[in-house]
Amino acid sequence: MSDIIRRDPRAEWIARNRLHPLHAAMQPVQHSWMGPNGVIRKHVHGVGFIGPNGIKRIDRSGAQQGGAAKRTAAVEVQLPLHQVPAPAFYINVVPDMVGGRLSSHDRDLLGLARQLAGSDGAVLAVVFGEHKETAFAAAGVDRLLVLEGHAFDGYSPEQRVQGLRAVDNQFNPRHWLLPDSRSGGGELGRRFAASLQERPATRVWQIKGNECIGRAGAGQEDLARPLPRLILAAAECADPVSETRHEALPVELSTPLARSLPRIEDLGAVAVDPAAIPMAEAEFIFSGGNGVKDWALFHQAAAALGATEGASRVAVDDGFMARDRQVGASGTWVTARVYVAVGISGAIQHLQGIGACDKVVAINLDPGCDMIKRADLSVIGESAAILHALIAAVEAYRNGAKRDAA
Amino acid sequence: MTTNVISLVSIGAHPTSGRPRRAEQDARAVELGLQMAGDKLQVLHAGNINEPTLRSYLGMGLPQLQVLEQPAGSDALPVLSDYLREAGAQVVLAGSQAETGEGSGMLPFLLAEQLGWPLIVGLAQVESIDGGVAHVLQALPRGQRRRLKVRLPFLATVDNAAPKPRQSAYGPAQRGELAAHEVEVEEDELFTGAVLQPAKPRPKRLKVIKAKSGRSDESRDRQGQWRRRAGAQGP
Repeated sequence: MSDIIRRDPRAEWIARNRLHPLHAAMQPVQHSWMGPNGVIRKHVHGVGFIGPNGIKRIDRSGAQQGGAAKRTAAVEVQLPLHQVPAPAFYINVVPDMVGGRLSSHDRDLLGLARQLAGSDGAVLAVVFGEHKETAFAAAGVDRLLVLEGHAFDGYSPEQRVQGLRAVDNQFNPRHWLLPDSRSGGGELGRRFAASLQERPATRVWQIKGNECIGRAGAGQEDLARPLPRLILAAAECADPVSETRHEALPVELSTPLARSLPRIEDLGAVAVDPAAIPMAEAEFIFSGGNGVKDWALFHQAAAALGATEGASRVAVDDGFMARDRQVGASGTWVTARVYVAVGISGAIQHLQGIGACDKVVAINLDPGCDMIKRADLSVIGESAAILHALIAAVEAYRNGAKRDAA
Repeated sequence: MTTNVISLVSIGAHPTSGRPRRAEQDARAVELGLQMAGDKLQVLHAGNINEPTLRSYLGMGLPQLQVLEQPAGSDALPVLSDYLREAGAQVVLAGSQAETGEGSGMLPFLLAEQLGWPLIVGLAQVESIDGGVAHVLQALPRGQRRRLKVRLPFLATVDNAAPKPRQSAYGPAQRGELAAHEVEVEEDELFTGAVLQPAKPRPKRLKVIKAKSGRSDESRDRQGQWRRRAGAQGP
């Protein structure tokens, strides 16, 4: 049973119906009350509750709240543990680990690896550098190889290929699986394939028996081919592992890694002008609508937050924002992680455009508008005052960070 | 000192109609090359010289386009690497993946491996080249950029973060010259085992909510009972 406290309409109906045989049992029990002479009266039989076996229990510790206390059954389900004590072969997976965690693409890939490994093979995940993931066992990793060292910090594709070659020599896996993604996997897989002189299957979305199907060209054709050793799989290539638990036993390389001088030197990330980021790709969008009266303040707030500016249809039609900034059905469909809607009441065309956004923050005067219903966090109030407060808070935060750094 | 830049181009396909066009990313590679080297840019294609779409690259303001003549279905890798080794290129630009054929995006990686050059993926902008060292900006997902330092010569692929290609003009396209080169033809062994077929739409993933409690087995049994009963009563 779930822990959610629910209304029981039937019990309420019985409590109202004096003719029901269970009417008395459904009455709220009063334990003590003030009598007519000003003396506290106690109902001694009202204490306690009927236990699960029909016996009256009295708990005097005060923790027990009578029959209203819900029994919570232990619902923590232990999935069956899949063990591979002596793997007949390995399926190696190199997850992207965006932000140090398994992405959904990585989980799909591990699901695919699980299919290929069957009952005899082991799925070996190769992770570079530090990670924050704790759920490798639930994602279907039988063996976990963490390649650590400063050589893998930052952008180091050549060093990573060296690492993968060392893993290839030691474990000689039946298949290598990498995500065909823009966040590193596609590039690393192709570099590794070129280094191994093997022809990979790219953008694979289905594996059936000994054949795999991947998108070819510009996506108008599929390429069906025999399953190669190196597979770059698209997102949603298989279902993630959900029925079993795995060991995720740590393994190590037997030989130390050779270090090569990198030919590409990483000089770090570059500050990007938020206005130059294409709207469809922007991570943080600050969007204004009809409720914004002071547009200079709006631009100032966007600059203070370092956000890409967006607008609703009304703001664009009224000439406050450029047409290419419009979010919604006839503008851009955005995929931001954080979307702040200032003075946007949330027309359905606008809500369609922000359907893929992760977190929506609404600033609006009208607490009943549709944007507030969609929002994860809403602030009810006049936008100008809130924007002033927001700018002040951001500046205080930045100054505090500077003071701490000094 | 100008750098010797070569852009690799291919024939693209329109995403909806499938008609031949200049490939989107290759056109961006040409545009980036024009911004870096101006008139000195060399553009190289391996394939059929009689393809009319090739002239749309000439229409971007190129006097000449080098074509390594090959029939369809032959391997472009050896001829390109031979040509690049002899041409003395310092920077080679290419799109990330072809719009026709396999489109695996492996060619730049294999070329870099064969030539022994470093490869930059997703080049967005070349900031400076001096003393044989280039500072470039690499495009990352979500519009982010990373600065890299790399020694010449290098290969780079461009994707949609690179500058937009200029329009192709009809007059220069007709005036431009296609210079043919005779090369040895090698068959690509991909299509011995692989089949190209029209793309199937991928099924949308369904949201499956699994029962989390121990009741799942019980309810599954109950479903099984119902199925069995229904089967027993059926004809």
